[in-house]
Amino acid sequence: MKILVAIKRVADPNVKVRLRSDGSGLDLAAVKMTMNPFDEIAVEEAVRLREAGIASEVVVVSVGPEKATETLRTALAMGADRGLLVRTEATTEPLAVAKALSAVAGEEQPALILLGKQAVDDDCNQTGQMLAAKLGWPQATFASQLTVNGDRATVIREVDGGSQTLALALPAIVTADLRLNEPRYASLPNIMKAKKKPLEERQPSDYGLVIEERLEVVRLEEPPTRAAGIKVKSVAELVERLKTEAGVLA
Amino acid sequence: MSVLVLAEHGNAQLDEATARAVSAALCLGNDIHVLVAGKGCHDVALAAASLDGVSKVLVAEGESLANQLAEPLADLIVAQSGGYDAIVAASTSTGKNVMPRVAALLDVMQISDVIAIDGPDLFRRPIYAGSIVQTVRSKDPKRVLTIRASAFRPVGQGEAKPIETVEVAPSSSLSTFVANAVAVSERPDLTSARIVVSGGRGMGSADNFETVLAPLADTLGAALGASRAAVDAGYVSNDLQVGQTGKIVAPDLYIACGISGAIQHLAGMKDSKVIVAINKDAEAPIFQVADYGLVADLFEAVPELKGTLASAT
Ligand SMILES: Cc1cc2nc3c(=O)[nH]c(=O)nc-3n(C[C@H](O)[C@H](O)[C@H](O)COP(=O)(O)OP(=O)(O)OC[C@H]3O[C@@H](n4cnc5c(N)ncnc54)[C@H](O)[C@@H]3O)c2cc1C
Repeated sequence: MKILVAIKRVADPNVKVRLRSDGSGLDLAAVKMTMNPFDEIAVEEAVRLREAGIASEVVVVSVGPEKATETLRTALAMGADRGLLVRTEATTEPLAVAKALSAVAGEEQPALILLGKQAVDDDCNQTGQMLAAKLGWPQATFASQLTVNGDRATVIREVDGGSQTLALALPAIVTADLRLNEPRYASLPNIMKAKKKPLEERQPSDYGLVIEERLEVVRLEEPPTRAAGIKVKSVAELVERLKTEAGVLA
Repeated sequence: MSVLVLAEHGNAQLDEATARAVSAALCLGNDIHVLVAGKGCHDVALAAASLDGVSKVLVAEGESLANQLAEPLADLIVAQSGGYDAIVAASTSTGKNVMPRVAALLDVMQISDVIAIDGPDLFRRPIYAGSIVQTVRSKDPKRVLTIRASAFRPVGQGEAKPIETVEVAPSSSLSTFVANAVAVSERPDLTSARIVVSGGRGMGSADNFETVLAPLADTLGAALGASRAAVDAGYVSNDLQVGQTGKIVAPDLYIACGISGAIQHLAGMKDSKVIVAINKDAEAPIFQVADYGLVADLFEAVPELKGTLASAT
């Protein structure tokens, strides 16, 4: 069984992203880039399935800029077997990415496609669901547990009210939530080995695709910051202020 | 403009998120239809029909819709989508699961987690865990949106509008429902509570959550919330996580106990009206957004706070 994992290169989630001082866009020049944390979890899950003998091959794919090669190398160092970059310097909206991934899936014929549930840059939470629609496959989003058994997958999903268990007929799409696993760090020998693993580059046009934007970004702004509050000295003072000043306690 | 709103419900009861989604839909047009898809959800349809601003309710019932599975639900919405300029759902786990599938089937780029609507095709939404707000113009002929419920005031209730039944076409059963593990709680719902008491890693254990934090929440009639670290450590269940990748809350009062204030947590609560932080580290970033900060050991401060409030009432 082959597993395809889709990954995205994003700004490090530990860095606060700001606007350029002239307001002309995001100031990402000095920001460290990394693999989207949810995608790391997806890669880890795929590698574990291969280590458990359930999957035979893990292919990682990214639709993005040339620099995403580094991100694919990271996934290879974590244990994926082969990488594919569908290269575009254009803005990659989830719909366009889903179309590209759908074309890749047509060629690769995986039994399972894993993705992160959302990318922490645009926070869209769409690509997996859109890919499932394009392929006509079942989907299980926000997975906190995945079990593959023959041609079926059982997934526990984190939902608003608690959790939900679904059974899916493969091929299927699963998107990873935070508690699916804890991704490993790539060891130095594995980072070296990853340099020799196959990594292919293709163009969207190879699949007859044009990466187009449906949303035009007309403005970016930093939200108003909260006015600094005060430190209270005691619980008594806190209660007093909540009652009289803030008026939120009766 | 006519807008189709997907009702959020659990077959028995209409969720308040629907009244908020209708409120967002009214920013787009004035012919608002609500789609109630489920099984045995007649009461939900009645409740939806009495929401202000709604002109009609469509009810679709069937076994395949009983658990809001993405595949049959998306097929149903697409089948109904013909006459509508926009399709709107709240950013609940159901909305987030099904709407992108709908959007892709319609070849539309969804606009996720909308916090403000500035025109028929102009939407504001947070990116980078709320560090930046982007305004986007949709070039698609039809709009598919999920809206952040806490950003829209719920509509009220008025006279009942007509309810129509719609046919449900058989849908291939690609996925099947196995079980729900519903977290049962006597406490108010996290996303609509007026007061939220949240605990982080500083709580130290599940036991402390129950014996130290829960009594404060109960004294205040508050909902319990948590940081990711607290959920990951198994102190509380996942449905209590507040943040970028958990629930978004905006109560009148948010009390953060033993939470450092990482940007991903702030993304879920910084629109609260009043924020209180109790943390023993005076440098914790949570104090930068707190209206009232108390530098203290929570194991002393929280019971004292509970005691003061309980004796006052
Ligand atoms: C992709 C991604 C998504 C994420 N999504 C979310 C999300 O949705 N929600 C979320 O919350 N986080 C999220 N996080 C995690 C986030 O970055 C932080 O790691 C997390 O919020 C930290 O939780 P915490 O504040 O409880 O723990 P810590 O950062 O460890 O803070 C614990 C705090 O407790 C205080 N403390 C300890 N003991 C006491 C005591 N006795 N009395 C008083 N204070 C005490 C300490 O001073 C400290 O400030 C996400 C991270 C990533 C990478």
